[in-house]
Amino acid sequence: MTMTLPREFLPDAPVVAPDVTLTSLSEEVSGRVLMDRAPLWWWIGFAIAFALFTVLIIQMGWLFIGGIGLWGVNIPVAWGLAIAEYVWWIALASGGTIVSALFFLTRSPWRSATNRIAESMLLSAAPCAGLMPIMHLGRPGLFYWLFPYSNVMGVWPQVRSPLWWDFICLLCYILMSIMYYYAGILPDLATVRDLAKSRFKQIFYGILALGWRGSSEEWRNQRIVYAIMSAIMAPMVVSVHSVVGLDFAGGLTPGWHDTQFPPYFFFGAVISGTAVIMMLTIMVRWGCGLHDVLTGYHLNALAKVMLVGSVMLGYAYVWEAFGPIYGSDVAERTEFFQRIFGFTAPLFWSEKILTVVIPQLLWLPLVRRNQLLLFLISGGIIVGMWQERVMFVTASLEHNSIPSRWGVFFPTLWDWAALAGTIGLFLTLFFLFLRFAPIVSIAEVREVVEAERSK
Amino acid sequence: MAIFGPRANLFMNAALLGVTGAVIVLLLAVWVVPVIGYNTQERFAPQQPIPFSHKHHVSGLGIDCRYCHTEVEKSADAGMPSTAICMTCHSQIWTNAAMLAPDRQSLATNTPIRWTRVYTLPDYVFFDHSIHIAKGVGCTECHGPIGDMALTWKARTLYMSWCLSCHRDPAPHLRPRDEVFNPHWQRTSATPSGAALMAEYNIHTDNLSDCGICHR
Repeated sequence: MTMTLPREFLPDAPVVAPDVTLTSLSEEVSGRVLMDRAPLWWWIGFAIAFALFTVLIIQMGWLFIGGIGLWGVNIPVAWGLAIAEYVWWIALASGGTIVSALFFLTRSPWRSATNRIAESMLLSAAPCAGLMPIMHLGRPGLFYWLFPYSNVMGVWPQVRSPLWWDFICLLCYILMSIMYYYAGILPDLATVRDLAKSRFKQIFYGILALGWRGSSEEWRNQRIVYAIMSAIMAPMVVSVHSVVGLDFAGGLTPGWHDTQFPPYFFFGAVISGTAVIMMLTIMVRWGCGLHDVLTGYHLNALAKVMLVGSVMLGYAYVWEAFGPIYGSDVAERTEFFQRIFGFTAPLFWSEKILTVVIPQLLWLPLVRRNQLLLFLISGGIIVGMWQERVMFVTASLEHNSIPSRWGVFFPTLWDWAALAGTIGLFLTLFFLFLRFAPIVSIAEVREVVEAERSK
Repeated sequence: MAIFGPRANLFMNAALLGVTGAVIVLLLAVWVVPVIGYNTQERFAPQQPIPFSHKHHVSGLGIDCRYCHTEVEKSADAGMPSTAICMTCHSQIWTNAAMLAPDRQSLATNTPIRWTRVYTLPDYVFFDHSIHIAKGVGCTECHGPIGDMALTWKARTLYMSWCLSCHRDPAPHLRPRDEVFNPHWQRTSATPSGAALMAEYNIHTDNLSDCGICHR
């Protein structure tokens, strides 16, 4: 029996607009990189992003002088916004790999135009994620002690700790992501080089293109390398985000000590990562005028991934509630009821609405075609996932196993500065990617254009 | 027109090699620089106000360590000898030696001699001489062949890895209680085994390399 899925687009709905040709595609995307003056909206956006980024610099400087007492962290809530936001950022970054690598393996045609946005987002979000735990360290200057280097102290990192696995995973993941991005963008850099008029840009992109000539041998090698890297990256991102879940599952704190957290965290990465890609895709589409390359087909596909993420997340939420209620651990149950009815209740319930209830609207084709609604739903998901991480990290510590040690966490102005600052860093990097690198994979969309034409 | 000339590949390869070389040099620097003698000050004898010879006083005359370092069995600090201790002998012999002028001046003006420290530990390390003496760690384990040093030089790196090498496995560094201050002691077949000494001194390694043992 074959299963037929209802389609709101005709089977032959175009992935790219019919008027896109190979030449117009190259010129349209490269033109964004090669234009002499960036458009006004770019400068305004970059200025705002950079202003927020300076907030991060000030915040970090003051934090490194004054210590983490500036933040709202305390005993018992020693893990505050920094750790919650680390998880949040790395989840956003992971979404980039999921869209880029996982859907490369499934040969989904919509991935070809959105993967560069996803990867640029990934590379912009990963530094924000990496900064958070470093800022959280009491002595940030000694963060390199996490690395097992030959030292005269005779001490090594604790290899039995998930926190250390996390460091190694994140390091490998970021390095691998940079290489993956570069392996994919190489032919595009050559296209930009070939279309460049000024001597400086020819040399700049020429060096970056590593002498790419477009011979069939080079294409063959590039496709092989890219496919192998995709096959590594797709499972890797699952394991990276599972290890983030183990950071918590490895602890004996009620609310954290649960075997479901590795997949639970991964589900969160799927939905929040796709949501941020959705928002960026809509913005890039309007900002760069790429309506014919980034079409409704792409938004529809991303919306479906988001919907799947939200359903998976809802499933995880059910088990999160089932465990404490069904189990016999009083501390677990107390913590759970404090979480849903206590101090964190507003975070808990609004987050469930934003990440699970509202995204159910995406079942309707009408909603999946409405860019404004998609934008708002995605924004709600990202905010909701932030709430989820904050509530998850702090509520458990607030209501730990010893009631005499209960406490509350409330962020200070500097906590908010760290959040605003990392958003600034993220946007600054993304605007730079937007300006200096092709934001849509020219090489891969060419394949789609050819496939559309031969239909 | 071609963007790059025929020599571009050469430059690119040279640059790549250069970057690789720079990384290797950096790694070597991180690895090697901390352990070279210039940084560890190993086998380095700083200049002292009086060129005191342990070789003469300990091996030559047979004076016990504790005659001058009076506090070593009781306190964290071994105790640098007071001018009065020097003067127990030097008020009678070599009373006019030019070499000992700072000693006499110290006595006359009632100000201590300012020796230069050979073994320096950071302030966050709380080393205690008395416990090491009490548990059978001989002077020469850390101070090297001190009894044969004409000028006092630093015999060990004092790196944390060196401290830990013994804290993790103390047995080979222990000796019978009455040999602790012997500068020329050698392990013989009659010496009790490391395990026997560990038992005798009641040394347990389970917590000996905990942070709080040395860093409070």
